[in-house]
Amino acid sequence: MKKSVFFGALTVASLAAGAVAAGTMDDVKARGKLNCGVSTGLVGFAAPDANGTWNGFDVGVCRAVAAAVLGDPTAIEFVPTTGKTRFTALASGEVDMLARNTTWTFTRDVDLKFEFVGVNYYDGQGFMAPKSLGVTSAKDLDGATVCIQTGTTTELNLADFFRSNNMSYEPVPIETNAEAQQQYLSGACDVLTTDASGLAATRASFENPKDHVILPEIISKEPLGPLVRHGDNQWGDLVRWTLNALISAEELGITSANIDELAKGTNNPEINRILGTEGDLGAMLGLDKQWAYRAIKAGGNYGELFEKNIGENTPIGLARGLNAQWKDGGLIYSPPFR
Amino acid sequence: MTTLTDPPKASFRLSMLIYDSRYRSITIQVVALIGFLIGIAWLVNNTLQNLDALGKTIEFGFLKDPSGYDINQRLIEYTSRSTHARAAFVGLLNTLLVAVMGCVLATTIGVFVGVMRLSKNWLVAKVMTVYVETLRNVPVLLWIVFLMAILSETMPKLKDYKTGAANMLFGNSIAITNRGVYVPEPLFSRSLGDVTVLKGIYNDSFYFGVSLDLIAILAVFIGGLLISKLIKRRADVIQAATGDRPATWYLRLGVIVVPTLIVLILLGFHLGFPELKGFNFRGGIHMRNSLVALWIALSLYTAAFIAEIVRAGIMAISKGQTEAAAALGLRANKIMSLVVLPQALRIIFPPLISQYLNLTKNTSLAIAVGYMDITGTLGGITMNQTGRELECVLLLMLIYLVISLSISSVMNWYNERVKLTER
Repeated sequence: MKKSVFFGALTVASLAAGAVAAGTMDDVKARGKLNCGVSTGLVGFAAPDANGTWNGFDVGVCRAVAAAVLGDPTAIEFVPTTGKTRFTALASGEVDMLARNTTWTFTRDVDLKFEFVGVNYYDGQGFMAPKSLGVTSAKDLDGATVCIQTGTTTELNLADFFRSNNMSYEPVPIETNAEAQQQYLSGACDVLTTDASGLAATRASFENPKDHVILPEIISKEPLGPLVRHGDNQWGDLVRWTLNALISAEELGITSANIDELAKGTNNPEINRILGTEGDLGAMLGLDKQWAYRAIKAGGNYGELFEKNIGENTPIGLARGLNAQWKDGGLIYSPPFR
Repeated sequence: MTTLTDPPKASFRLSMLIYDSRYRSITIQVVALIGFLIGIAWLVNNTLQNLDALGKTIEFGFLKDPSGYDINQRLIEYTSRSTHARAAFVGLLNTLLVAVMGCVLATTIGVFVGVMRLSKNWLVAKVMTVYVETLRNVPVLLWIVFLMAILSETMPKLKDYKTGAANMLFGNSIAITNRGVYVPEPLFSRSLGDVTVLKGIYNDSFYFGVSLDLIAILAVFIGGLLISKLIKRRADVIQAATGDRPATWYLRLGVIVVPTLIVLILLGFHLGFPELKGFNFRGGIHMRNSLVALWIALSLYTAAFIAEIVRAGIMAISKGQTEAAAALGLRANKIMSLVVLPQALRIIFPPLISQYLNLTKNTSLAIAVGYMDITGTLGGITMNQTGRELECVLLLMLIYLVISLSISSVMNWYNERVKLTER
């Protein structure tokens, strides 16, 4: 008798425990560390340097969020994820957010129950081929062997592109970017396809980047952005507005160099609101007044992050293009801080 | 007259469930069973509740939707417009293909190595020992990746064929490249066509064509075998009656080969050779590096275990058998094939079954080299694109379970037939 009572009690207790879900922000604060899902290593976007410190454009977003919540841009546990493992990692709570060149699509947003908080890079899928192959357009690729990273939207775009152009191809599915490079360089595939930014980053790490061309066709829209789980709006808001703070900072001319000066107070009320000298937007997020100040200070504003990691003066050498501020003809646009 | 009375029956008390040895074991089993069932119910309930909290339900409707991705190696028709279920089916066939090829090659190598390891020739025996010990003591995943790396790094590149730095083998019929091996394919100019079966079921997910050419050839070949058996039986009868055995080998060979050849000629059999066109070789059968690496690695690895099983089986046959056969005047190879191996097979078979099962399950490592088996399609791309992890993994487990159980039931049936009938 006693045993069955015990089992019954155990069952009830464990069922009750299973259903509770705490707020992500409280979890992060209690842990003192942000678990941020990044790629397994894509130079410029997220890759560890010689000392094991993670650097890159996506990493910059993680650092800004960690700085805003915890006040320390280094209090991050980076979790490398592949195209296959990233969504499971986020859904299961292994990471608090994903900043891993992930394309915002309907099914991921709605069906997979994630929340894309914005776009930090407008990208599109392209092809890279060795110059010696003599290909100038993606339309010439009939019959080619194509290396693709499996578990990504590129796989589907590729199928659609070749199908709609009535061309055949041989897909070679590959798990990580490093393997893709190795297969491509050994000539096991003719072309490599992924997001154009990823191609540029991959090419930059080649011994002779000049021997490879990125074909002019962009065959898809790939808005890449950080994402969080559905259903925790407080956390989602925080990540969203941290990203917006970085974008607005560039628009308003707040840089990591002049931020201390501006934080003393300016004539521009929006700058004051962002930096916490006017009003208290931080309290609405459940943070202090200085949250955005710390986020911007961590790695600089959006433009600075771009130039430092993937801009034209880096080996990756991406132009701003679509990713310029809206005032300069790009698509990068933050809703106002008020 | 004596009267016998039953001993007084003790009335049943609750405490007897624990203190009476007649009931105790049942009590313990019932309690354990209840505990086990509660444990399972808790796991299932917990899963469902957590899925519910995430807003997910378990449903398999996604299998009917178009998959949207392409698969390079497919044994049946498949496009990116086919359903997820069909993608899984393509993957399943790829799994079975490499499993069957692997079992055949592993058995061949395994038996050879196992017998050779018992050789009296010191060098041969030691070489085989080295083979067994290195192969089976390194994880099979490493062998697969290692072979793949060797194939893609050291084989001639495709552009070497274009520039003439590499040449096709055997009169332009076989091309070995770092993308795979291209071999000639059988073609029929007066083909009988295919019969399509299972068309229209579940959004056309499971249909496949059965080649009538193949059926015709097989039918004639098997018919030839049967007739050849009849000829042998007749020869046996004559030998029993007269003591002379008529020479029948040319007849027996003829009834198999000649009709098969005639059918092949009628069907217009010829070989399609691979040709370098555009980016790749076209025509012929393309054995991708992923398939070759996986096949060879799995075979070599499993062969090491099979070799040990074969060696154990042979050594278990008492030496007297060999000596008796030698005394009858049989030569060494005849002793092996007529006396030792048939008896050893009975010992070899049961552990061999579990090696076949291992090999089949190990094919799920295919994803390491991008071979599109069922783990790569259903458990890889489909799972990723639809986000239905639980459903896909449940299906995968079910499918592997069914494959393994089928293999072991077939093998157990065979084992039942060959095992020694003891009286």
